This record gives sequence, C-alpha cells and structure tokens, in this order.
Amino acid sequence: MAEYKWPEEGKRQHLGKRISRLDGPVKVSGKAKYSYDINRPGMLFGKILRSPHAHAKVVSIDISAAEKMPGVKAVKIINGPGFEIQWAGQELVALAAVDEPTAEDALRAIKVQYEKLPHLVNEADLSKVPASNLRPASTNATGDVAKAFQEADVVVEGFYGNDVITHCCLESHGLVTEWTDSNNVMIHPSTQSVSTVHNDLARELKLPAGNIHTHMDHIGGGFGSKFQIDLWGIEMTKVSQMAGGKPVKYFLDRDAEVMIAGSRPSAYAKVKVAAKKDGTITAWESDAWGSGGMGNIGSPPYPYVWTRIPNIKTKFQAVNTNVGPQRAWRAPNHPQAALITMGALEDLAAELKMDPLEFFLKNIELTGVRANTYRDELLKAAEMIEWKKNWRQRGEGGPGSTKTVKRGLGLSIHTWGGQPHNSDCDVIINPDGSVEVKMGTQDLGVGTRTALAIVAAESLGLPLNAIKVTIGDNRLPVSGASGGSTTIGGISSSTRRGSIDALNTLFEKVAPAMNTTPDKLEAVGGKIQVIGDATKSLTWKQACAKLGTQPITARGKQPGKEQLASAGVGGVQMADVSVDIETGIVKMNKFVAVQDCGLIIDLKTAESQVFGAMIMGVTYSLYEEKVMDDQTGRMLNANMEFYRLAGLRDIGEFQVHMMTGKGYDERGPIGLGEPPTNSPGAAIANAVANAIGVRVSTLPLTPDRVLAALAKKGGKG
Amino acid sequence: MHKFEYASPTTKEQAVALLGKSWGETEALAGGTDLLSLLKDYLVTPKRVVNLKGIKELSSVLTPRDGSARIGALASIEAVRDLGRGFAALSQAAAGITSPQIRNMGTVGGDLCQRPRCWYFRSGFGLLAKDESGNALVPNGDNRYHAILGNDGEAKFVNPSSLAPAFIALNAKIKIFGPAGEREVEAAKFFVTPKSASEREYALQPNEIVTMIHVPSTLGVRSATYEVRQREVLDWPLAAASVALTLDASKKVKTARIVLGHVAPVPWVAEEAAQSLIGKTISEDAAAEAGRLAVANAHALSRNAYKIQLASVAVKRAILQAVS
Ligand SMILES: Cc1cc2nc3c(=O)[nH]c(=O)nc-3n(C[C@H](O)[C@H](O)[C@H](O)COP(=O)(O)OP(=O)(O)OC[C@H]3O[C@@H](n4cnc5c(N)ncnc54)[C@H](O)[C@@H]3O)c2cc1C
Repeated sequence: MAEYKWPEEGKRQHLGKRISRLDGPVKVSGKAKYSYDINRPGMLFGKILRSPHAHAKVVSIDISAAEKMPGVKAVKIINGPGFEIQWAGQELVALAAVDEPTAEDALRAIKVQYEKLPHLVNEADLSKVPASNLRPASTNATGDVAKAFQEADVVVEGFYGNDVITHCCLESHGLVTEWTDSNNVMIHPSTQSVSTVHNDLARELKLPAGNIHTHMDHIGGGFGSKFQIDLWGIEMTKVSQMAGGKPVKYFLDRDAEVMIAGSRPSAYAKVKVAAKKDGTITAWESDAWGSGGMGNIGSPPYPYVWTRIPNIKTKFQAVNTNVGPQRAWRAPNHPQAALITMGALEDLAAELKMDPLEFFLKNIELTGVRANTYRDELLKAAEMIEWKKNWRQRGEGGPGSTKTVKRGLGLSIHTWGGQPHNSDCDVIINPDGSVEVKMGTQDLGVGTRTALAIVAAESLGLPLNAIKVTIGDNRLPVSGASGGSTTIGGISSSTRRGSIDALNTLFEKVAPAMNTTPDKLEAVGGKIQVIGDATKSLTWKQACAKLGTQPITARGKQPGKEQLASAGVGGVQMADVSVDIETGIVKMNKFVAVQDCGLIIDLKTAESQVFGAMIMGVTYSLYEEKVMDDQTGRMLNANMEFYRLAGLRDIGEFQVHMMTGKGYDERGPIGLGEPPTNSPGAAIANAVANAIGVRVSTLPLTPDRVLAALAKKGGKG
Repeated sequence: MHKFEYASPTTKEQAVALLGKSWGETEALAGGTDLLSLLKDYLVTPKRVVNLKGIKELSSVLTPRDGSARIGALASIEAVRDLGRGFAALSQAAAGITSPQIRNMGTVGGDLCQRPRCWYFRSGFGLLAKDESGNALVPNGDNRYHAILGNDGEAKFVNPSSLAPAFIALNAKIKIFGPAGEREVEAAKFFVTPKSASEREYALQPNEIVTMIHVPSTLGVRSATYEVRQREVLDWPLAAASVALTLDASKKVKTARIVLGHVAPVPWVAEEAAQSLIGKTISEDAAAEAGRLAVANAHALSRNAYKIQLASVAVKRAILQAVS
C-alpha cells in the first residue's frame, strides 16, 4: 500500500525538480482567458460614479438625466443623500449601458450635491494630525528599557518610514456577472477565493449559496486585495437584475484600482536602539504610527524577527485618514516592520563601526527558534553577493565607486508563517487510465495548477502530462482562499492524500488479477508492480482497464491523517546598489535572496515566487507611493505614469537560492508567496545608507529624498 | 468620451478647413498617444477630431548632404532616433522615450504639441490648476514635478516635450500651415506660457497645424541630450538639457546653445550659461559652471528645490557628453 508521507530524496520523480508551469504557453500566447477577457452575448458595461471629495456628505443625487439617456439600461444609487463619504473614490451610483463610452457619459449626467467636510490624507508628520484622527495607542514592554539605555555603550536614535503603496493589480478588480434565470447567477470574478467569494453575494441577494456559480481560469494579480466579492460585485449583480439579468461587465478603471481597491498601510517610527561596545544588542524602543485609511490597523511587529532583545518597549498608534481603505498586502505589516527594524539595527552597527553581517551573526540568537536557519542563510547570501569583498564601512563607498556614483551593500532578514489552509481535492482515476485532479482553488500566477499535477503524478508514478487539472470553479471540491501563503501546503496535502487513497483503491482492484495483495503493490514509472519486482507488473492503462465502467474517485482532505505540511520560514536578502549623489538616483546592481520553504514541490516556480517578490520589492523600495493631495484630498498619481513600477532594466541582477535537503524537506511544503517580499525595502534602504553615508529615512527612495538626506549630511558623499 | 465627428482629410488644405476657429472646438489627431487620454479624461471635448495621418506628405524625413534635416510633423519619434551624428541631441532625446510603442505611434508634431502632464491639470483642475473657488493648487500643493524656472506667473506646469529642447538647441524652425498658407517660426518662439486656462502652450492658431521641422545644417555641430530619469522604463525626465556646440580648430567653443527641458512651462533657453562656454575648452569645471549659471535664476516651489540641482547636473553632463 502506498503511504501519505512524502517520498524521500532520491525517490522523487517530479518533486523539487525545475518544472515549467503548465499554463505558461497559454499565457504567453495570449490564449489564456482572464476574467477581464470574458465577453458574453448582449453584455452591458457597468460604471460607478465615485466621490471626488475625500470627506463630504451627500446632499442630493439626481439620476434622472442618466436614466433617460439612450443605451443606459439601469441606474442604481448605492449611497444616497445623508451618506458620509470618507474617501475620494467612494461609490455613489452604479449603472450599466450598452457600451463603455455611453456608460461614462451617463455618469457625467448624474448631478450630485455635496457638503464638503474637512479631510486628512497625509499622516507622515504626526504633529499635523488632529487629535480626533488618532486612535488609542497600544503599548508593550519587556525588561527594563530605561536602565538598559542608561547602561548601554552605544545608543542610536532614528526615524524610519514607509508611505502608503497600492496593490496596483495589472488585472484590475471586477467581474462579469449575469442572471442565468430569475434564481441563478453566474459570475466571472477576478478573485483569490473561487470557492468562497460568492457567499457574501448570496447573502446579499437572499439566494441559496448553490445558486451562484463562480468561474475563473486566470487572475492578473491579487496580492491580498481580492478576497471579497466587493461592493461593486454586489451592486453590479443588482444592476444586472434591474437590466433583466443581462450580463454586466465591470472592472475598475486604473484610477479607481489604485485609489480604492487596496493599499498597504503606511508605517512610521521613531526608534531608539542600544548595544554594548562588543556589539551585543541590549534594548529597543519604538514609537510608531501608521494609517490604512479609516479604521483600526494593527501594529507591525516591532522589533521584527529580533524578538529576544532583552529590553523592549513599543508604542503604536493608528491614524484615521480619508484615503481608500487598506487591504492585506503580501505579508501584512512585515515589510514595514522589516524596514524599520533592520534600518535601526544597521544604523546601530554603523555607529559601532561594525560590519552589519558580523553584527547580525553575533546577535543571531536574539532571533529565537530560527537562529540556525538565519545563520546558514546569512552565510550563503554573503557568498552570493561577495559581501566580504564588496562591503565597506558606511560612506566609504564600495569598490567601483566614483566621485559621483557610490556603491553600497545592505541586508535584511525576515520570517513568515505559511501554514496550510483547508482543502478538499477529488482525484479521479478513469477506466481508460486518464487521471483528473479537481479542486475549487485558483492559480494566482504562482504555479498552483503545476503543483497539483506534480503532486498527483508523483503520487501515482505517472508522467506530468497524464494528469488533467481542473480548478477555478466553485462547483469543485472546496479549497481555501489563496492568502497568507497557505495555498501550497493546503493543496499539496489534500492532493497527496486523495492520490494515495485513489491509488490504494486501484491496488485493491488489481491485486487479485496479479496474484498478490494490495499491500505488496507500488506505482512507479507508469506501472503497477509488485514491490521490488518489475517482472510482475501491469502498465497503468492495463491496471485501470480492470475498473470496468466505474472510475475511482477519492476525496483528499487537508487537514487529514499525518501532518504533510507545516509553517514558519526564514529568509535573508542582500542588496548591492549604486547611488548617483548628484542626482539622487538609486540603481540596483545585484540583489540576492536565500529562502527556505520546507519541501519544495517545484523548484522553478518556487524560485519564480522569490524573483517576483524581489521585483515587487525593488518597486516599492524605489518608486511606489500613493501621492495624496492635502488640498483636494485626491490621489494625484492615480495612473501608471506617476504611480511608478519598475521595468525589467530597473531591477538589476537577481540571484535566488532555496534552502533544501535535510532539516528543510522533512517539514513538508510551506507557503512562499509572502516571505520574500518582506526584506527588500530594508535591504535596499540599508544598502543606500551604506553607499552614501546617511540614512534616507522613508521609502520610496526617490531622488528628492536622497538629495535631501545628502544635503542634511553636508553634501559629503 | 463625448461624441465627436471624425474627419480624415488627405491634404493639409482640407485639414485646416476642418479645424475650428477657437481652441476646444476641434482637435487635431496624430498618433493619438496623448489626445486619446485627453479625450477619455474629458480634458478636451471637441465637436470634431481631425485625423492628420491621411496627409501622406507630412510623414517624410529628409536628410540632405548638407547635414540639415526636414522632418515631417507626422514622422514617428522612432524615425528621429535614427538620425545621424550631428543630430545626437535629438536622437538621444527620442531614445529617452523608452517605450517602443510610444516611439512608433507618437509623432514628432504630436510630441511638440502634447499637453502638460501636471497632475492637477490631468485631474481636471484646468491648465492653471485652480480649485472651484479659484485658488491656485500648485503653490501649496504637491509640486514636486513642477517648474523651477519661468514659474512666476500662474502657469507652473512644465513643458513635457523631450524633443523640443533638442530642436531649439539645434536652431530648428517649425513650419506651420493655416488657412492663410504657410509660415515659419523659430522653434524657440513656438512655445509660449499661457496666461489663461483657455490658451495653449504653443504659438499655433486653432486652425493651424505643424507640418514640418527644419533643422539647419548640423555639420560640425556636437550635440547631446542628458535626461535625469528615475527609471529606465518609460518615465518622464525630472530635468533634462540639450546642448549644441561648435568648436574652433583649437577645440575652443565657438557657438553654444543650451536648452533645459521639463523645468519650466516652456523649453528653457539658458543664454547666460551658453555664453559662459564661448572661447573656453570644455572641461568638467566649465561644464559645471554652465550648469550653475543655467539655474542661477531658478526659484523653487515648496517641494521641488531638488530639481534645481538636477537641472544643473543635466546641463553639466549634456555638455560633457556632447564633446566626449
Ligand atoms: C507614460 C508616458 C511617458 C511619456 N514620456 C515622454 C517623455 O519622456 N518625453 C516626451 O517627449 N514625451 C513623452 N511621452 C509623450 C509622448 O511622446 C506623446 O504622447 C507623443 O509624442 C504625442 O504624439 P502623438 O502623435 O501621439 O500626438 P497626439 O496624441 O495625436 O496629439 C497630441 C496633441 O498634439 C496635437 N497635435 C498633434 N500633431 C499635431 C500637428 N501636426 N499640428 C498641430 N497639433 C498637433 C493634438 O491635437 C494633441 O493636442 C510620454 C507619454 C506617456 C503616456
């Protein structure tokens, strides 16, 4: 009988190999259909009127002119008179028309009267935040911080921060929604949760959950911002109903996408850290704040990773701002916490005139349970970036520096959980020998389909192309939302269990014909054979033919018997940058990442995950910023022209090393989507400080900020 | 997008006859890379759009042996990227528009006549960026990308054209066609600072079009454009400078033109800086001094002081690049 536990190294046919993603060809050839690409017969186009004001009361709304326009099929007020608008871009009226320009013109025919109210859209300068916008502070303390600072040999104080950025999904949020009859709705959303996204819609429409059919094949980015049906999903389905059930396509325009469809909270902190002369870290104190729009947000974990610093005192305060609300952004709070913590510690190392690599290694036990992983990873990363050869004391400029261009190195370490989510999976072995894996999951572009095929093929001793994977539909066995880096652990565990159960059923069916018992059988190389005896075998096809007409369907579950996946990873990143001190422009030379994620299902897509995170990391470190205008309360760069993302030539050279083998593999797969996004800001900001000899306090590291920091330092490079 | 009539004339005479007599009534369409955004954002709402691309004679690029060039207004930006050595300032400026799509769709005339990228203008607050009570938004707002020169009037946006400074440095002339026939203006005089939101940033009448840009002989001219851009991928320069120099036999500067881009409502001719080079051998110091002079009269708004430094560096580096 086959068992659940993962095969050992040496016995793996597909697991951990570099396998190209199965949906690569349809994506690069343009054949893949994203929900954005779905067009239905008779489809209408939805539009939403959004508030231009950041804080205002709706006095009146007149939709009569819009309703009368030819081609306009339904107009519905979402938030009417009396409603208090809390951010620019908040939804007021939804409508649908025969084409987009008509819908857009109809929006302009709607008359709204507002009573403007005072707004706050920027919070970096806490002294300018009215008391009424401050939420209650939370504090924490361990040890005796006052005494520790008194007794310390070196104390460093600094300010660090990270402005609000947005998710900026390339496929904006939205859906195509239609009533297939008076009781049934079909949606094609862009979602991170195929199996659950319809639940809120069902509740809102008072329909049984089973009457809503969700389908999505591909998604163009989510990053934590696409779990819900969202207000527009509900309103557009109602608009569709008003229009006789006709399909309505509604995807956010780019400006709305960056204004209101998700942002990562800002984080600012005044930090004080202390050490002994020999470099031992003794104390941390931080006074932090941040905003995710209206409403409370939790404190980033300060100090990040270095949780065993003996004396710690922290304070955090959320600020209410009239800005489109925050949503989970890849490892919520961790990138900000990494930036601020690693920045302060690197400043402390610089003050001690210590190499931060030595400094981190010396103190590594203060990171707790993963200290050994970090040590190994630090040494590996240092080798990849040639730290010893290229690192110089802060402000000296690394090798190759000129009068105007200074080179520097910086590092950071990070962690994340990534425990498996709940997952059901059907594995079907057909009498013709074909195999299907069916699951209500989604492939966020990370290789979920490929991982499913790998796990099933590995478990059944088959080639990859023998497996047909069907996902992206809520009529399939329910699997969790793709968030919190929970997917790989969940889906590979349930698929493993389902495949092994199906295989054991097949063994039971064929054992008599093979004159043996099921426990003596194994599936290898496309054959069912007696363990260790290749002469007594059936081809997979021959074996399956013995099923008659009834396929085997096995439901694999997570959680289930035996632990197949776990949680908790560590990673290290090091950046090598050049800074033009005359223009303040930062260029990436090289960026390396060392990461563990337990047992790797597909080495190639695992590395790609890390590359993707590093690209996103360079982007948020150097370019991304939600620019909010104090006067008008509006986002000024709600486009992709001044909301900058890195291009290929901006990212420099990347190298990724995955920690595998003993100590890692036996933990089973652990989620990887989030951890590698945590360190880039810290590593790059530290590299810039190392290059130019002064800290640029706030991300993104734009020329104005770099030049201002240099000017403060006295213009010396 | 408001509904409009679409006209596709095949001669320039037809085209100007189709254009209206006041701004806003009609719009000329070239590559559309800017006009389409303006239309979709309701920043222009013409009754008629006049497509110029049917006028075949306007897309030729001629480079006779005398080192001059006659560039049709409808020639692509990509086409000027390929011009020879004397036109280095121009081809480098074109190459700085690092999107192949924009370089191939966008035209030279469209680059010169494109509208400012001021984010208040593009958000619907008008060319001079005022709120509904008439308060100017730029002085107290986020003006990090706004003008540091020529910003004492109400217009505080920067001229967006990267090709314009290069054309001006190369002493180009712009040929214009209107109901009264053809006329020609120096490239430097083509750009104007509007005093009201209903004016335009260039010296065209509403029913005139740019037909051709004439660059006089570039034989012996050393030119260069240096842009300070944050990213390699398509990105607006934060500041840029185009220079054109001629040197005498002993490598001393005989003539010099220095023009700054993306720092003022018009391409900014830095006369004093150019003069400072005359008779000198180009050195790091001479170039830096010209850079300093180029921004001597700069005046920072609340958030854009850094651009003064960037403009100065751009001038220095463009000069050094021109002679390297
Ligand atoms: C993200 C982004 C970055 C960019 N970066 C740069 C940059 O760094 N530097 C730069 O220079 N440009 C840049 N561009 C702008 C681009 O170069 C212009 O959009 C393009 O040059 C316009 O040319 P077009 O032919 O498409 O003009 P259109 O969009 O067709 O027209 C633009 C305007 O010019 C008028 N017009 C066009 N041709 C004529 C004519 N012959 N006579 C009279 N009026 C005319 C039109 O009526 C319209 O008002 C950028 C654009 C984008 C979107």
